[in-house]
Amino acid sequence: MIALAAIALGTLAAAAVALALRDLIHSALLLIASWVGIAAFYLWAGAEFIAFAQVLIYVGAISMVVLFAVLLTRPPTAPATPVRSGRTVPGFLAGGAVLGLLAGAVLSSPLPAGMGAAPAFGVRELGLKLLGPHAGALLATGALLTVALLGAVVLAAGRGKEDAP
Amino acid sequence: MSPLQACLLFSSALFSLGLIAVLVRSNAILVLLGVELMLNAANLNFIAFWRYGPAPAEGHGVVFVVFALAVAAAEAAVGLALVIALHRHQRNVRLGDARRLHG
Repeated sequence: MIALAAIALGTLAAAAVALALRDLIHSALLLIASWVGIAAFYLWAGAEFIAFAQVLIYVGAISMVVLFAVLLTRPPTAPATPVRSGRTVPGFLAGGAVLGLLAGAVLSSPLPAGMGAAPAFGVRELGLKLLGPHAGALLATGALLTVALLGAVVLAAGRGKEDAP
Repeated sequence: MSPLQACLLFSSALFSLGLIAVLVRSNAILVLLGVELMLNAANLNFIAFWRYGPAPAEGHGVVFVVFALAVAAAEAAVGLALVIALHRHQRNVRLGDARRLHG
């Protein structure tokens, strides 16, 4: 429980500071820290494969894509004044209301208590599940990834001279 | 407080943080990162219910998270490509300025 509390506090603090900062590079780097915290939670819960997949996909790949996007879309001059969105108070009210609702529901629900032994579900069992009963879904996911990445390339490449501002 | 409840509170807090980022921030990249945080919170719930649920040996939660991670990768790629297209059209990534609907 102490390990869980430490992981949760670290992850939440990194995410909160990341989303409050104005410098996007610092935000991206702190969000990488919070993704590492989530991977640590997966390790704590006994899902090793998910933890390593989280590190590979989020800490390795998505963070690089985010950093590239930040650098490509960075304005040539620093903005003079921070842009106020005008939604700060309603946004925090809505987020706080959702948090209160979820926490109330979690704390008042009759959930199974107790700390069971770590389930014996390793990489071998996961591979058998993925290639056995879920093989069709795995193929569909591969097709989805291919189509999504082709679409991303088409979107980011644009249509040539039509796009001149 | 049982461990399952602690995990669920953790993921609820993460989800709310992502929701606040989506609602408050006006930078398209940060809004996308807020969506990613909410997705991660959902994955945390799957793992928590798999760990403390009735049939952990079946591994349904883990399998679901594997597919959710794959879809999250596709979503991040398409979202950041949209951000780059937005930047090419209007020279910044502020969502308040994105008012034109025609391509």
